[in-house]
Amino acid sequence: MSLTLQPEEPLIDVRDLHVHFANQPAATLKGISFELRRGECLALVGESGSGKSVTSCTLAGLTGAGAQVQASRLAFAGQDLRRFDERTWRSVRGAQIGFVMQDALGSLDPLRPVGKEIAEPLQLHTTLNRAERQARVLELLRAVGVPEPELRARQYPYQLSGGLRQRALIASAIACNPRLLIADEPTTALDATVQAQVMSLLESLRSERTAMLIVSHDLAVVSRLANRVAVMHNGVIVEQGSVEQVLHDPQHPYTQYLLQAGRAVHFQRKPATARPVLSAVAASSGVASPPLLQVRNLSKAFKGPDGQRRTVVNGVSLQLQRGKTLGIVGESGSGKTTLTRMILGLETPDSGDIQIKGQPWLQLSDAQRRELRRSIQVVFQDPLSSFDPRYTVQRVLFEALQVAGHLRGDWLPRARELLGLVRLDAALLGRRPIELSGGQRQRIAIARALAAGPQILVCDEPVSALDVSVQAQILELLDDLKQRLGLACLFISHDLGVINHVSDDVLVMKDGVAVEAGSVREVFDHPQHPYTQALLDAIPHLESGRRMAFEFLKLAI
Amino acid sequence: MNRAWLVLRRLLSGIGVLWGAATLTFLAINLSAGDPALAILGGPESSPSAELIAQVRAEYGLDQPLLVQYGQYLGRLAQADLGESYRLRVPVSQVIGGQLGATLQLSLAAAALALLLSVLVAVLTANRAPWVRALASGSELVLSSAPSFVIGLVLLLVFSFGWHVLPPSGSSGWRALILPSLALALPLAAVLTQVLRQELESTLEQPFIAMARARGLSETGVRLKHALRHALVPLVTLSGFVFASLLGGAVVVELLFARQGIGRLMLEAAINKDMPMLLGITLLAAAIYVVVNFLVDLINHWVDPRSNAV
Repeated sequence: MSLTLQPEEPLIDVRDLHVHFANQPAATLKGISFELRRGECLALVGESGSGKSVTSCTLAGLTGAGAQVQASRLAFAGQDLRRFDERTWRSVRGAQIGFVMQDALGSLDPLRPVGKEIAEPLQLHTTLNRAERQARVLELLRAVGVPEPELRARQYPYQLSGGLRQRALIASAIACNPRLLIADEPTTALDATVQAQVMSLLESLRSERTAMLIVSHDLAVVSRLANRVAVMHNGVIVEQGSVEQVLHDPQHPYTQYLLQAGRAVHFQRKPATARPVLSAVAASSGVASPPLLQVRNLSKAFKGPDGQRRTVVNGVSLQLQRGKTLGIVGESGSGKTTLTRMILGLETPDSGDIQIKGQPWLQLSDAQRRELRRSIQVVFQDPLSSFDPRYTVQRVLFEALQVAGHLRGDWLPRARELLGLVRLDAALLGRRPIELSGGQRQRIAIARALAAGPQILVCDEPVSALDVSVQAQILELLDDLKQRLGLACLFISHDLGVINHVSDDVLVMKDGVAVEAGSVREVFDHPQHPYTQALLDAIPHLESGRRMAFEFLKLAI
Repeated sequence: MNRAWLVLRRLLSGIGVLWGAATLTFLAINLSAGDPALAILGGPESSPSAELIAQVRAEYGLDQPLLVQYGQYLGRLAQADLGESYRLRVPVSQVIGGQLGATLQLSLAAAALALLLSVLVAVLTANRAPWVRALASGSELVLSSAPSFVIGLVLLLVFSFGWHVLPPSGSSGWRALILPSLALALPLAAVLTQVLRQELESTLEQPFIAMARARGLSETGVRLKHALRHALVPLVTLSGFVFASLLGGAVVVELLFARQGIGRLMLEAAINKDMPMLLGITLLAAAIYVVVNFLVDLINHWVDPRSNAV
């Protein structure tokens, strides 16, 4: 099929697009319009449920049978997409439109070698023979910066790191030189340094001939890559314009709100105001008091699938004072999760020593340990899977209160009190986790952790799965709780912005070793270890160079 | 780890399974009522003299303590001697060898048929219109809950006595194989289809399937090239059940269609308390089980490279 395009015609022309799914009461997209020309990169930004992924799926004809698509114009390269039948769609997908779908880690078939996945569009859309396809696969892998392409092409996804998987996925999307490349959350779920690499890769793929559509919840990602931004909220584009204009002179209140929330969470080198109240509490508790949690020389090795023992945590020491927050930062595989599990008593260390409130955690009997366990509680990344789906909120909290030794008559008033503490309505007691929003679930998880009246709260990536505005709310809640209850907090995250926001001290982990530790200001402002420097450099900045120039310009005027 | 060591360990565990099977069967037969000497002399109706019985007992070592009999039995097994059938008075291995071919033919045909049917039906019906699925799962429910002999009888009534298109009995020729292998395969296929379809449907929800569609792959392509392989993983795990149901079903089906084979042999041996024969067949089943399991692990590794081979 030949698609010819007049020079002035946009590649994508969408006017008044409505999409309504049969199983949903309201329309998901309520009349959105945008254009995309060759050489351009448009970013769709919004929080979950805003309709940005549905928009990209509509452009690839992948909304499924249950969706009703209406528009006054919906064109790709001058062709009316509404008139495409399934066969025509198949000839366009993968050939004219390359799609890098959400979920970088799950989008490659785990049972097929990576090379076969990349060759799939070539097999479908070109007449290349087997040897030519193989050559093109290697060429593509090289183009997306995968080292040792011959080896990698034969490997399975589980043998590749997240970054390499995302590169392979991008390679499969650009295999047939599509005119439009759609990338849905291309860097979500990837480590910071890998994120930066994938961003540069996408940047290098921009060309005069092709157009790019980036879908993201992350404004910082967008500001680097796109020239135009469309902000989506509840199925409507609330604001659309150049990156400079939308990011730095937002007109719509929602855009302003989104930017503000992003700034609160994202990393800033020199925050104007530190967390004043919290540090006051910490200071009043005194430096001389013994640490609540003391970890010395903790090590743990696991046996790998090849039978070799791999040291996951190697001689890590740390201490946590009352009322303070220690951030542990590191990328996936750095050993931060194993370290946390050992501190929680879920994993037995090979060597080293853990003391909680001066008691030897590892040497205690089970009964003593249960007693002490109340003072150390945990909030996990994914609250949904840490709740029994059949339990109501009330039952979740009652269970925690029972374990904490509260009497039955005490449960209901205490549960209401806990909900108040995490700023939720008591009416939620009858709901089940699945009926709650991500932010509400995380609040319930925090309430459950607080039921035992802990002195130490371990937060394992508590906001990583949440939208940026919700992230800001949860972080603020945690700050507030630490202050009011005098909690000490062990905060684990891969996100330096979040760590910077909540921590007094920070511990940087890499390959099981604590490479750098100290106060947040010390470590983030004057990183000593090259790895910490690399991590800091990898953060996409909302306040980009363009922004600085812009500010400067404004001042000059 | 050392591959040779893994293979050796596998071999040792296989021998362990065989030894366990031999011991259990030996115990079960000796604990059940009835005198093997009577069986040797032609069953309970033959009423032989007490002298004759004593003579037979001495001859077959049945007067020895059980433990000694057990020891002697294991000793002979180690030399690959399965003993002599009490009733037929010929070496057990010879009898089994003569019948094994027919049963293997039947089981393999049934297994292939079951696999083919279940893959076909599952791929065609997964995530299809509600009435298609209802029809498929309804027939699966009926077929998987009906015993083989009922299905066999229905097949006989329709194809042999009704339409006269296929022979009702016998062991010769491929035409005689069709009905028995269908009777054996249908209940099995019904269960496998249910497992396969469920697995296919959950695989079709995965992000890599959406990605394959975004590359322009057709619905059939998505199912055959991506989803099917994932659906086969639990099927391979089920092969122990498949093996057991084939062997168990073979007894009934061989009788119903008057076929030769191990199933029929097993039934006769059980009725006649032909201990060496029963032990021989049990050991054969155990040996097949060990081999099947080994093959399953190899297939599993081929289907899912993430699992460990051998």
